[in-house]
Amino acid sequence: MAGCTSRCRQGVLKLIQSLQRLVSGTLSKDKIDDELEMTMVCHRPEGLEQLEAQTNFTKQELQVLYRGFKNECPSGVVNEETFKHIYAQFFPHGDASTYAHYLFNAFDTRNNGSIKFEDFVMGLSTLLRGTVREKLEWTFYLYDINRDGLINKEEMTEIVRAIYDMMGKYTYPALKGDVPKQHVDAFFNKMDKNKDGVVTLDEFVLACQEDENMMRSMQLFENVM
Amino acid sequence: MAAGVATWLPFARAAAVGWLPLAKKTMPKPPVDKKSRNDEILFVNVSGLRFQTWKNTLDRYPDTLLGSSEKEFFYNEDTQEYFFDRDPEMFRHILNFYRTGKLHYPRQECIQAFDEELAFYGIVPDIIGDCCMEEYRDRKKENQERLAEDTEAEMATDTPLPPHSTSRERLWRAFENPHTSTMALVFYYVTGFFIAVSVIANVVETVPCRPPKGSKKDLPCGEKYSLAFFCMDTACVLIFTFEYLMRLFAAPSRCKFMRSVMSVIDVVAIMPYYIGLVMPENEDVSGAFVTLRVFRVFRIFKFSRHSQGLRILGYTLKSCASELGFLLFSLTMAIIIFATVMFYAEKGTKGTNFTSIPASFWYTIVTMTTLGYGDMVPNTIAGKIFGSICSLSGVLVIALPVPVIVSNFSRIYHQNQRADKMRAQQKVRLARIRLAKKGTTNAFLQFKEEVGFQDRDSDSALCLKNRSSFEHQHHHLLHCLEKTTNHEFTDELTFSEMCMTESVGYRTSRSTSISSHQGVSTSCCPRRAKRKAIRLANSTVSVSRGSVQELDTLQVHKTSAGPQSRSSLNARTEDLKLNCEDRDFTAAIISIPTPPANTPDESLPPSPAIPGILRNSRSTSFTHETVKISSL
Repeated sequence: MAGCTSRCRQGVLKLIQSLQRLVSGTLSKDKIDDELEMTMVCHRPEGLEQLEAQTNFTKQELQVLYRGFKNECPSGVVNEETFKHIYAQFFPHGDASTYAHYLFNAFDTRNNGSIKFEDFVMGLSTLLRGTVREKLEWTFYLYDINRDGLINKEEMTEIVRAIYDMMGKYTYPALKGDVPKQHVDAFFNKMDKNKDGVVTLDEFVLACQEDENMMRSMQLFENVM
Repeated sequence: MAAGVATWLPFARAAAVGWLPLAKKTMPKPPVDKKSRNDEILFVNVSGLRFQTWKNTLDRYPDTLLGSSEKEFFYNEDTQEYFFDRDPEMFRHILNFYRTGKLHYPRQECIQAFDEELAFYGIVPDIIGDCCMEEYRDRKKENQERLAEDTEAEMATDTPLPPHSTSRERLWRAFENPHTSTMALVFYYVTGFFIAVSVIANVVETVPCRPPKGSKKDLPCGEKYSLAFFCMDTACVLIFTFEYLMRLFAAPSRCKFMRSVMSVIDVVAIMPYYIGLVMPENEDVSGAFVTLRVFRVFRIFKFSRHSQGLRILGYTLKSCASELGFLLFSLTMAIIIFATVMFYAEKGTKGTNFTSIPASFWYTIVTMTTLGYGDMVPNTIAGKIFGSICSLSGVLVIALPVPVIVSNFSRIYHQNQRADKMRAQQKVRLARIRLAKKGTTNAFLQFKEEVGFQDRDSDSALCLKNRSSFEHQHHHLLHCLEKTTNHEFTDELTFSEMCMTESVGYRTSRSTSISSHQGVSTSCCPRRAKRKAIRLANSTVSVSRGSVQELDTLQVHKTSAGPQSRSSLNARTEDLKLNCEDRDFTAAIISIPTPPANTPDESLPPSPAIPGILRNSRSTSFTHETVKISSL
């Protein structure tokens, strides 16, 4: 009911506005110009030396990264829509938007809805050139959706579902039953040492370091860049 | 996938670290990237204009020339750059495509040139950005239409008659393109004249002439000189009927012809006469058929075959059918509305003209088209108000579709003009090409003479005059061709002359002895001097006739002629109007070798003493056959 009234009010307001415009003859162009101005604001990253000091990349690598980044986002920032769009192009089979949303949040360390080049590069530096502990911490940060320092089953389920969404419908073997849930249960059995229903950072790091397969896989990502 | 997104791939792969804790299995090994990751600047030199770009930029689209290893073919080691001998202006746009991911079409460039550049660089035109796609498509369509038009026009008018056309095909061509033969032209003008005569007669028929003696009433000329008019009408109709039947006979597809507009007009033009002939002089019926004579006026439409302007008008009206339809529809709506209004406004007035709504239609039409005859005028104030609104709106409604029709007419008219200009240009161009061809062949023939001076049969020691290496190589190539086919080139003049006489005349065998001395090809020109020739087997003749048209050049080559030939050759030289009087020429006839199976027909006179020159079985002196070959 409340939603209905608010919608009605909005509609009436819009009607009055359009009538006004009709009578006074203002073109809607003016409004668009204002919007354009806002998006023209662009952001410049810090200097190359500072970034080099803060991250584990060399100057050339930073240059290459920035050129690609600037090409895609001339304004210097990536918003969530663009981010989702870009990420979705790598996974055409399924729906990558949910996972991209979580990734975006993980990269957006300052929580202001956009990723600057510094955030982008810092994230990449951690993932590609960081120590094992740093990588695991980043992953924990990714999984911890509400940023409370703990991963509970619901958060995990969301993440896992998002990942399975990326797979799409046509998989082999077919996705039958509640596969994400089973996956989460298996994960929690492994990670949650004290069986209190939540996973803390230390539990997480400890459990991962014990998992040899995982350690091996991590090393494979050394030379992505 | 947009290649620009490729730059984000490392990021996406790095983000995969987030899956690791959840992974059930070990991750697969990543592919090893062998080539150095360092980005480098590439230099691309396009006709002198140097472009520089990152290697990564070009690698974004690996299925194009610049993005794949194909560009290595253009790499210049000395200058360490990629060199393309193409248009530098266009390359700018191509490179921008790599940089921005959007291909733009430069409006000032020719669409064909642009397409060619895209094809060269391996870029599919479909990726042109939305901003330029419409323009690109329009230009492309326009260009294709123009090309289709031109080839159509070319094929329709300038193709020479195919060699084996039946009389029916030739007749049809004569009807469709009167300027191809004089007979057709004469017929064309005669029919035009008779159409005019017929139309004028129809018109004059109704003019009142002075009444004959004894009568007071003015008589129309048609009735006074009824016999004269009847004769004229008969003559015209006979001609039209004859023409129509001829066209029907010659038409490649009779059904299609009968359904065409011009044929219908023809039929409608001549039917009234025949119906009038058949009808009895009955009072009741003849009244009805007098009106049929109205259809005789349709003969004027036969002029559209003769006048291009009329045809253009017809096309215009056809192409503007939708605008005309809209005009009609809106007019009808307005007429009905205003007629109704006027009728009810004027209903009260006594003795009014607006007796009914259909009666008001006439008033509305006259007012809307601003004619204003004044035979019907409103009297009430309301009627006058609505009448004025009616005339104002009429002007608007009629003025709206008119510019569209006008622009259509203008476009079609200009197209037609352009078609004519194209035809004229084509002729000039073809003439120029023929001249150029002749030039090269003459050069080759001259070259051959010089070589022939020295050593006929050996391929070595080519005469060195002031000739470019290109010419040398070209001539060598032609020489090789000659050796390959065992035939030689000669020149057009001699060949065509020879072929004229070949088909009808008889030949002597004298030249066979000549050829035996020369050891090359036969000559039949000396025989021509004697005006004797051997009648050939029909097949050879017909074939040779056919190929004469294709041949443009023949070879005239110098021979170290034997004494016997000298006299005939000299005689021949007089006939040949060639520039080189100081040389002896033997024109070599090249004709298709008659296979031994091709026995002479009965028409050939039994003269075993005279071996048929062009029959291998008999001529022993032949060292090789001669064959007609086409020009270079």
